[in-house]
Amino acid sequence: MSTIFEQPRVEAPANYLNVDYGWKSWLFTTDHKRIALLYLFSITAFFMVGGAFAVAMRINLASPRGVFSADTYNKLFTMHGIIMVFFFLVPSIPAVLGNFLIPIMIGARDLAFPRINLLSWYIYIVGGIFALWAAFDGGVDTGWTFYAPYSTTYSNTHVILTAMGVFVAGFSSILTGLNFIVTIHKMRAPGMTWMRLPLFVWAHYATALIQVLGTPVIAITLVLLALERILHAGIFDPAVGGDPILFQHLFWFYSHPAVYIMILPGMGVMSELVTCFSRKGIFGYSFVAFSSIAIAVVGFFVWGHHLFVAGQSMYAGTVFSLLSFIVAVPSAIKVFNWTATMYRGSISFDTPMLYAFGFIGLFTIGGLTGLILATMALDVHLTDTYFVIAHFHYVMVGGMVMAYLGGIHFWFPKITGRMYPELWAKFAALVVFVGFNLTFFPQFLLGYLGMPRRYYSYPEEFQVLHVMSSAGASILGVGYVIPLIYLAWAWRKGPRAPQNPWDAKGLEWEKAPSPPPTFNFDTLPIVTEPAYNYSGEPEKEEPLAGEQRGDRHA
Amino acid sequence: MTRHIVPVRTYVSVYAVLIALTATTVAVSRIDLGEFNFIVAMTIAVIKAVLVIMFFMHVREASALTKLFAGAGFFWMAILIVFTLSDYLSRGWLPLGQWWR
Ligand SMILES: [Cu+2]
Repeated sequence: MSTIFEQPRVEAPANYLNVDYGWKSWLFTTDHKRIALLYLFSITAFFMVGGAFAVAMRINLASPRGVFSADTYNKLFTMHGIIMVFFFLVPSIPAVLGNFLIPIMIGARDLAFPRINLLSWYIYIVGGIFALWAAFDGGVDTGWTFYAPYSTTYSNTHVILTAMGVFVAGFSSILTGLNFIVTIHKMRAPGMTWMRLPLFVWAHYATALIQVLGTPVIAITLVLLALERILHAGIFDPAVGGDPILFQHLFWFYSHPAVYIMILPGMGVMSELVTCFSRKGIFGYSFVAFSSIAIAVVGFFVWGHHLFVAGQSMYAGTVFSLLSFIVAVPSAIKVFNWTATMYRGSISFDTPMLYAFGFIGLFTIGGLTGLILATMALDVHLTDTYFVIAHFHYVMVGGMVMAYLGGIHFWFPKITGRMYPELWAKFAALVVFVGFNLTFFPQFLLGYLGMPRRYYSYPEEFQVLHVMSSAGASILGVGYVIPLIYLAWAWRKGPRAPQNPWDAKGLEWEKAPSPPPTFNFDTLPIVTEPAYNYSGEPEKEEPLAGEQRGDRHA
Repeated sequence: MTRHIVPVRTYVSVYAVLIALTATTVAVSRIDLGEFNFIVAMTIAVIKAVLVIMFFMHVREASALTKLFAGAGFFWMAILIVFTLSDYLSRGWLPLGQWWR
């Protein structure tokens, strides 16, 4: 990998980064790789803003009586949730890594609609400006869930402005999803059959389906919310004949599947990392591929588990509870298959693989505690406690952010053409893992003991656990800042990366230079082997491959 | 690449049918059909929507895949409505306080 000789000073060959340096070449680019970088920098900025709100919350919670006022604290957790969910987690892996990698992985020169791709970034930025405007002009205090009737009738903060931001950003998500669906259907290279697609692509296909089918519902729900606030339309406000539980139904119809928008791409990253650093093909390719689709579909049938104590009927609660158990099956399939892939593989402990290990452990804890919450009787005790907070942070931060960081490290040589400092990266991964668990594990205990979420103060006996959590948050914060520094350094000064530093399979490693030229490949690739063919064996005829053969008619 | 050229006559006649159905909706609204007020109005609305989707949005000549995606949109709306109604329609069921007797 690294050589003991001085790198000879030669002009780097033309690639997507050095082809043009002017600001116009960035702001008007239609290159999916440059748009991915626009997203990378903007979601990193939003992550820091959302993180700053979290820091303020953890400072407040270090003392039982709080540091800020109750009103301020309400705004802090609301803005933390909104920014992290809608402006970081939803776009994170799809808009950055998906944008960059999907065309290269399937052997295409760009996405199907390059200009719509750029448009989706601008829409995202406009939505983000609305949300930030609301945040810094007094904020909003409804919680990220905007529950009626508080949001429709009682809150006197920037509800509509924030909802506008989320509404607008939703269209960015829809356009990205649409672009991915069409690209994956229409632009695969010769030989790239459905059953040869990298699982990263399958995961993004499933994500895109949810984005296209689910996001319109949150959009219209937020419009109805605004109508209720301005015109008292009588949809959600019981005082004028509406039903606040209807808001929860509509909101969670999108927002539960949105959990899968946030985690499925992370699972896609995982399949790439686990195979590469175990030097093995994936165990049960079609199971992993179709479990993504199963998650996307079944994920739409479970939203009522958020309404167990809201006044939903006992019958609906039972149905939603059972369905929530079923949706855990495809997630479990993935975890088992990654583990089986590693079994007897020759595993190496490079930084991306460390994040992959973190993902498997933490996502499993996050997923299993989800089953506890899907059990109606237990949920009566645990609803709106820190147990819920800990559960979804294990999925979102322990799962998604781990996968995101693992993916960023894995493809950093491809994106930038440089290597990052391995020792620092391993150290940071360790700090993130320790900090994360110290932050969120105590929250399981707090929730079990009865500490409700969204309270700025608490009884003295909870202080030890809260201080542990705040201490963990500061470690976690350091764990996020270290990669920011060494990756920024490595982008400029790191040693040049070869085309395939991990010796990985996949068109992005085998056929595209690091960094790739503007149109990705010098000659368009032809695919002759299945994904993850690390053993070099010829393709086994999978039963489903035969069905797919007829779908590329002229 | 083959493209279906839809004759202008088709658009005009579909348009005429849409207008006629609108007129029917208005006319029917003047008669009280009791229970059927809502059913008739919605039936006409659905027919109109299908006409627009099939002819003006060209789903009729589209590939099976496009039809599948167009259908999926409606199926997903059905999920939303059916499962939400499953809550509202079953609110009175399972009377607690009796099951242990
Ligand atoms: Cu949920």
